[in-house]
Amino acid sequence: MTRATVASFLVPVLIIGGAALLALGNAALPPTAALHVSVFVISLVGKYLCYAMLALALDLVWGYAGILSLGHAAFFALGGYAMGMYLMREIGTRGVYGNATLPDFMVFLNWTELPWYWYGFNHFAFAALMALVVPALLALVFGYLAFRSRVSGVYLSIITQALTFALLLAFFRNNMGFGGNNGLTDFKDIIGFDLHADATRNALLLATAIALAGAFLLARYVVASRLGKILIAVRDTESRTRFLGYRPESYKLFVFVLSAIIAGIGGALYVPQVGIINPGEFSPANSIEAVIWVAVGGRGTLVGAILGAILVNFGKTYFTSALPDVWLYALGFLFILTTLFLPHGLVRVFSRARPSALPEPSPAKEHPA
Amino acid sequence: MSGAIGGISDTLLYLSGVSVSFDGFRALNNLSLVLAPGEMRAVIGPNGAGKTTMMDVITGKTRPDAGDVIFRADTDLTRLDEPAIAALGIGRKFQKPTVFEPHTVHDNLLLALAGNRAPHHALFARETRAERARIDELLAIIRLAEHRYRRAGDLSHGQKQWLEIGMLLAQEPDLLLIDEPVAGMTDAETAETARLLREINRTKSVVVVEHDMDFVRALDVKVTVLHEGSVLSEGSIEHVSADPRVIEVYLGR
Repeated sequence: MTRATVASFLVPVLIIGGAALLALGNAALPPTAALHVSVFVISLVGKYLCYAMLALALDLVWGYAGILSLGHAAFFALGGYAMGMYLMREIGTRGVYGNATLPDFMVFLNWTELPWYWYGFNHFAFAALMALVVPALLALVFGYLAFRSRVSGVYLSIITQALTFALLLAFFRNNMGFGGNNGLTDFKDIIGFDLHADATRNALLLATAIALAGAFLLARYVVASRLGKILIAVRDTESRTRFLGYRPESYKLFVFVLSAIIAGIGGALYVPQVGIINPGEFSPANSIEAVIWVAVGGRGTLVGAILGAILVNFGKTYFTSALPDVWLYALGFLFILTTLFLPHGLVRVFSRARPSALPEPSPAKEHPA
Repeated sequence: MSGAIGGISDTLLYLSGVSVSFDGFRALNNLSLVLAPGEMRAVIGPNGAGKTTMMDVITGKTRPDAGDVIFRADTDLTRLDEPAIAALGIGRKFQKPTVFEPHTVHDNLLLALAGNRAPHHALFARETRAERARIDELLAIIRLAEHRYRRAGDLSHGQKQWLEIGMLLAQEPDLLLIDEPVAGMTDAETAETARLLREINRTKSVVVVEHDMDFVRALDVKVTVLHEGSVLSEGSIEHVSADPRVIEVYLGR
């Protein structure tokens, strides 16, 4: 087995194994034990792993296809809203107003009927499907228009930023029907399990770890395939691929939609663990932070994106409680230092892989012997 | 004037009255050119004569304002985009060597091989024996067999030029458009490239744009001289070098 193959099996094992150990430390050890893991930590790590999915999604498009999306958190947030809508409907009569059909904020706004786009969200399976379909559709339409018109580079980045900002403003409006400024919150349970129970939290952490590991393996397969090689070719030398007969726009569209789906799953898993989704998740700053995670960890490496998201967010948690005023400066410095001294990110420190964002050259590997 | 423009039945490429303007600058001005199947043609001309714009028009990168560009007697190239024209069998080499630098020489050729260009095919594609055999052949032709698993970015300038020519061949085109293949090459590499192009021309039509007159002489083919976007002179290298208008354009200032 090559180093790359070892790494691609090691990463999922580490992610799922690590999450399982934490869950075990919470469930099996009494709260008095030294190694007991508090439910706070469980939810925190679950949140990091969701961010890692967003980072992985971003690395697919930025690292391998050269699409610097500054609006990727929009897909994450849309996935989150889809799950949030299910969790809202699941509250049922336990809401403040006790209305079986309408979520509290709709009753508060004197609405009498459920808007059509809330139909079906009382079913978990439907909501889970929408968490994939809605981000995918948005990516499909947006990507089709942008890539077909050959919008790229800085211009594309600016449009993605505008996209997430437009969604931010739209979701802030009360009459959009998504809870406006306050978003969706006060969730009670998910498919019948109490969201405030430790066991549910542990299960959510494990589910997130499995989803992240699966997304990683899928992304690895894609970038190591011939399609992945073409993506890298498009990233570096788009005109050459066109004169060879490839249509770069369809390759970009494929990876952009796949990436939006991964981000959407991340968002859907994020919402039950943090207990709220509001328009703030569409804020352009969130998308830019995700770019920093990927840059710090190592663009075009997949592993780096996951590592970067976890480490930077760990730092954020630490600094925002210990030295709240320093955090933004620390983040800024981190980005500058990485760009200056670790242009290929943290993973490059640990690996001698080529600085080309590439799976290792495959001498005859895929050739049937 | 230029060589006889006959019927388009026995032509591979037919340009007639092609004009292109960029912000008032006429890059091509009523340009006409006929290429017979199997022919190799050298196109020369001073900077700004329209050589690269002509290639842009043939390969679909630039739409002409006027004129016809016909491939194989019946295909209007002005209505097609780059991938469609590439699929018809026209390959193009850029002036600056343009290869996929992070990929190995092998993978560069693999991606260039003629075949299904759809993403869903590429996602599941596995390298076949036939593909590998074809890459072996190409590596022998472009003399890069021992560099198979090197990153293309690590090759010398001349080797990159050859790799790009190899990628063109991998596309199995009928017509190769080659922009300044020997720019920046050593004398030995230049001689080798002339040999390579003559070998390619045994089975394919070739249009070579070049500045290097010794190289054009070594190719020993019909020459078209472009000046200010149209054909100034056409014929053998002896004929065009003796043409007073050509002498004036090249030496007159």
